[in-house]
Amino acid sequence: MGASWANVRGNRALVVSAGILIVTAMLAVIGPLISPYDYLSTNFDALLRAPTMADMHLFGTDDLGRDLFVRTMLGIRVTLIVAIIASIVSLVIGVAYGATAGYFGGRVDAVMMRLVDTLYAMPFIFFVILLMVVFERNFLLIFVAIGAINWLDMARIVRGQTLSLREREFVDAARLTGVSSARIIARHIAPNLVGVVVVYVTLTIPQAILVESFLSFLGLGIQEPQTSLGALVDAGVNQLERASWTLLIPATLLAVILMCFNFLGDALRDLFDARQTR
Amino acid sequence: MSLLEVSGLGIRYGTNDVVAGLSFSVDPGESCGLVGESGSGKTQTALAILGLLPAAATSSGSIRFDGIELLVADEDEMNALRAERIAIVFQDPMQALNPYLRIGQQIRRILLQHKLASGHEANDRVIEMLARVGLPDPKRQFGAYPHQLSGGMRQRAMIASALITEPDLLIADEPTTALDVTVQAQILELLASIRDDTALLLITHDLGVVAGHCERTLVIEQGGLVEEGLTRQVFAAPQSRHMAQLLAAAPRLDRDGMREGMRGEFAGETVLDIRAAAVSFRERGSHRRLQAVRDFTLQVRSGETVAVVGESGSGKSSLVRAVLGLIPLQTGVVSFLGERLPDDVRSRALTVKRELQLVFQDPVGSLNPQMRAGDIISEPLLVHAPTLRDGERRRRVLRMLEKVGLPDSFVSRYPHELSGGQAQRVAIARALVMKPSVLICDEAVAALDGTVRNQVMALLEGVQDETGLSIIFISHDLAVVRGISHRVLVMYFGRLVELADCASLFTRPLHPYTRALIDAVPVPDPAVARGKQVIAGEVPSIVTPPSGCAFHPRCAYAHERCIVERPDERVVDGVTVACHRADEIDLTVR
Amino acid sequence: MLRYTLLRLLGAIPTLLLVIVLAFLLVHAAPGGPFDDERVLPPAILKNIEATYHLDESLPQQFWRYLSGVARGDFGPSYRYRDLTVSQLIGSAFPVSLRLGAMSMLLAVIVGVGAGIVAALRQNTMADRAIMTVAMTGISIPIFVVAPVLVLLFAVKLHWLPAGWSGNVGLARWMLPVVSLALPQIAYIARLTRASLIDVLGSDFVRTAKAQGLGTVAIVRFHALKPAMLPVLSFMGPAIAAVLTGSVVVEEVFGIPGLGQFFVRGALNRDYTLVLGIVIFYAALIIFLNLIVDILYGVIDPRIRYR
Repeated sequence: MGASWANVRGNRALVVSAGILIVTAMLAVIGPLISPYDYLSTNFDALLRAPTMADMHLFGTDDLGRDLFVRTMLGIRVTLIVAIIASIVSLVIGVAYGATAGYFGGRVDAVMMRLVDTLYAMPFIFFVILLMVVFERNFLLIFVAIGAINWLDMARIVRGQTLSLREREFVDAARLTGVSSARIIARHIAPNLVGVVVVYVTLTIPQAILVESFLSFLGLGIQEPQTSLGALVDAGVNQLERASWTLLIPATLLAVILMCFNFLGDALRDLFDARQTR
Repeated sequence: MSLLEVSGLGIRYGTNDVVAGLSFSVDPGESCGLVGESGSGKTQTALAILGLLPAAATSSGSIRFDGIELLVADEDEMNALRAERIAIVFQDPMQALNPYLRIGQQIRRILLQHKLASGHEANDRVIEMLARVGLPDPKRQFGAYPHQLSGGMRQRAMIASALITEPDLLIADEPTTALDVTVQAQILELLASIRDDTALLLITHDLGVVAGHCERTLVIEQGGLVEEGLTRQVFAAPQSRHMAQLLAAAPRLDRDGMREGMRGEFAGETVLDIRAAAVSFRERGSHRRLQAVRDFTLQVRSGETVAVVGESGSGKSSLVRAVLGLIPLQTGVVSFLGERLPDDVRSRALTVKRELQLVFQDPVGSLNPQMRAGDIISEPLLVHAPTLRDGERRRRVLRMLEKVGLPDSFVSRYPHELSGGQAQRVAIARALVMKPSVLICDEAVAALDGTVRNQVMALLEGVQDETGLSIIFISHDLAVVRGISHRVLVMYFGRLVELADCASLFTRPLHPYTRALIDAVPVPDPAVARGKQVIAGEVPSIVTPPSGCAFHPRCAYAHERCIVERPDERVVDGVTVACHRADEIDLTVR
Repeated sequence: MLRYTLLRLLGAIPTLLLVIVLAFLLVHAAPGGPFDDERVLPPAILKNIEATYHLDESLPQQFWRYLSGVARGDFGPSYRYRDLTVSQLIGSAFPVSLRLGAMSMLLAVIVGVGAGIVAALRQNTMADRAIMTVAMTGISIPIFVVAPVLVLLFAVKLHWLPAGWSGNVGLARWMLPVVSLALPQIAYIARLTRASLIDVLGSDFVRTAKAQGLGTVAIVRFHALKPAMLPVLSFMGPAIAAVLTGSVVVEEVFGIPGLGQFFVRGALNRDYTLVLGIVIFYAALIIFLNLIVDILYGVIDPRIRYR
């Protein structure tokens, strides 16, 4: 894309955040393989043990005697997967919607954006909660629900960018030359959208994580025995006074992951802005 | 003692020296012109004097103002000096004024800050100043927001804000560059008449401006002073190579530099025929239609260059875009080689599209930032000659690069890696690669410096001589078109007001507006510069068109008939002109 | 200006209608009825109950009945709390939530804008970086983590503030809930204010103000603050929605008898009318508050007011 790797590498926040995320993801995959426990087995002799090296309960155990290290690693995996898939869903919908509105402009754009504005005003979370309760916590529905909330931002951003691209003179120049609409979209508009989309995806992922965690916290998200970081935090809140580590460990990990994504998104946005204003 | 003394000034960003070893002085009450090309460090110098350089800049050397060393002064000392003793007027008043505050509020804040007045007295002083700078209805402008004023009025307001404190030194950084040329003349004259004892440091790239309004001239090149002296001496006998270059490159209205075969009728087949074209569009937020172009007719012949000259609001850009099919044509017919063209560019045949091409004003904006120069130039080939083999296509691209004077290596460069001139040449290469019959240049050289501009225009001339290319050259600058055009067409408020061959237009214009344009263009010769008629007023708003002849509110020759009846185009002595009094008044340029 | 306001007002009505329709459909699309959980009733009694609640009518009829009710302010009876209407329930819970939300927003704006201004004026210094890091943490830690952790720290370990709601009185019991709810918004507003102010401070007209000899304080006060606040004002819309959402969690964690708690209970209990009523109520609230934000925006930006 013409961006220099030097620019990317030189940005400390970007590198550190990306690094932490990659390490965390790898740990989430490898961790359970090292540990002798699995995420299911309960052990009523070892309830709420504090973290210790002795029995290889690195993060301790929960109220059913399950090893928290493995469960936390599972939680990270589930959280990340749900967030990424949901983000992809909202990305696809948002980009398609926004690019269409922006490219055609005029009436089409006005109508499409009116719809977006209307949806924006709605208390979506409540609808989602309603959905989750009504349709009995379908795993697939979680993705749909999260995607349904997040696509609005992406659509707005993509539409704005497409609109301004459409007015750019090089698009006019291409039309004058006789370049087909298809090629204009593919060669002139789309490549200039990539930057904006990448930035916003990295900011959408933390939003998706928050929504999923929120749902799980209320008991509406990931169901037992599967778990996500949000569900682990929910469980931890109940053990707040007796076994604070059951809350603090997943909470810290959740916070760290969210921060990394946010830093990453911020850094990418700065990078992108710098290249735009020349 | 000098009022302002700059010694060995250096301004550096990282490892880049934008100004190095700059030394000059300005005496109390005198007017000094600081002239140089873009990037020469003029604006940086102005900012340094006022202590407005960004944090990334490190300055060295000395700037003494009335004995005070400015580079070491602290913020409080600087604030005491700013506005009260040194004031500045920036280039773009729309950006320089706060769009969220009323004009009066912004200006009176200066008086309050420097404890020069307060309350009602401050308001009165501001209104008085607004009247002095020539704003018609100063009370109303006091309460208006910047976006409600025209460009010229905004700049007058800026000047009011700068001079209200009666500073010792006024720095004007390209104060008229963003304005129409007739308004530019007004503003420059205003500056000259209103500044009284205030010294003026006028920063500009335009030699004509300096020649007409500055006693002394300072020439800056790449951050260093290369020449200084009394204006008439510097212009008559430049000591530096750079000044000589600048003088040579500056387009002149009065010098004879027209092309061969410019006089008399041009023979050749009609390539592009525009008849009774009109363009209108709906006003934002209402259903009213605004007329941008009315009843425009022009035939362009093979191998000729027709210049279309007009200021803001003339409709020239709308006209061009409608002719090319980028915006809807309200009425009228556009024909190419006798065949009528569909209004919408998308409906036009591919064969036609390769014949009509356009070069835009903003060189970098007209190139896709994600595409390399080579891809940009080869795209038309992909569209119009898809059967070409890769090797042959590459060859043609390289040939075009050579033709526009760029080395082969530029094939892999991205637009952000090109300078303005280089980017414009790539745009021209793209436009010419399919050998079109008509090339429209929409302010194509406005953003380029003198020497680069001349190169580009020479390039266009060369192609025209070689291939019989017809060129429609749109510009707001009469001086620039003089050297390249066979015929010149002047537009005002959406209509053709005069169409003549180049020689006639510049020696004996028939329309008062043409004469006003000619007078308004600054001539880079101090001997000639003074004593021109400066026309009043500005181009009317498209929302409130004047009755009768659109030019009558500003015309020195207007009669009752001009107020009521719109003049039709007629031919007088071989010149097409739209003026009731064309055969009565004598506008010959002496 | 008047026209601008009226247009906005008119635009709000279809939005509200859409919300009502969607919510209604959603609730009625749920598999199973509201009385499935109860002990099995003889069919005759079941029929009676259904008739009382008009569940035997066709869907459009039910919708029309519901809509006319809402227009009169009647959201119907609660399915769970048989003696009470939804309006009564909302009426009892709303004042608490309102107080919670208003205090949080106020805190968020005051602290957030203040911190943002300080960070912007001291750009790239230690103070700026510190504020921005804290803000980043604030965004990254979900409310349902912050609330319990704060309780753990201030109530359980330090015993400075009460942990629960009932059994306590006075300002003290508001502190933790309000702070938890406000924290993410403080962070967002601080970041937004800082970015916006830095942007405005870099604009040409601020350079002009500097050239006119105005010091930093004068520049911020007279030239920069108003335009810098515009993005923050725009953010108020989503911020209010976020506070409403977050209140659900906070009320759960602290046991505050507000609308959020009622909503979750209602959702889990299948008290459909209650849930529907709360959704519509919240939507109307958000739409109304957004309208006010829009109007305020027009007041500040003259380019919108005068074409």
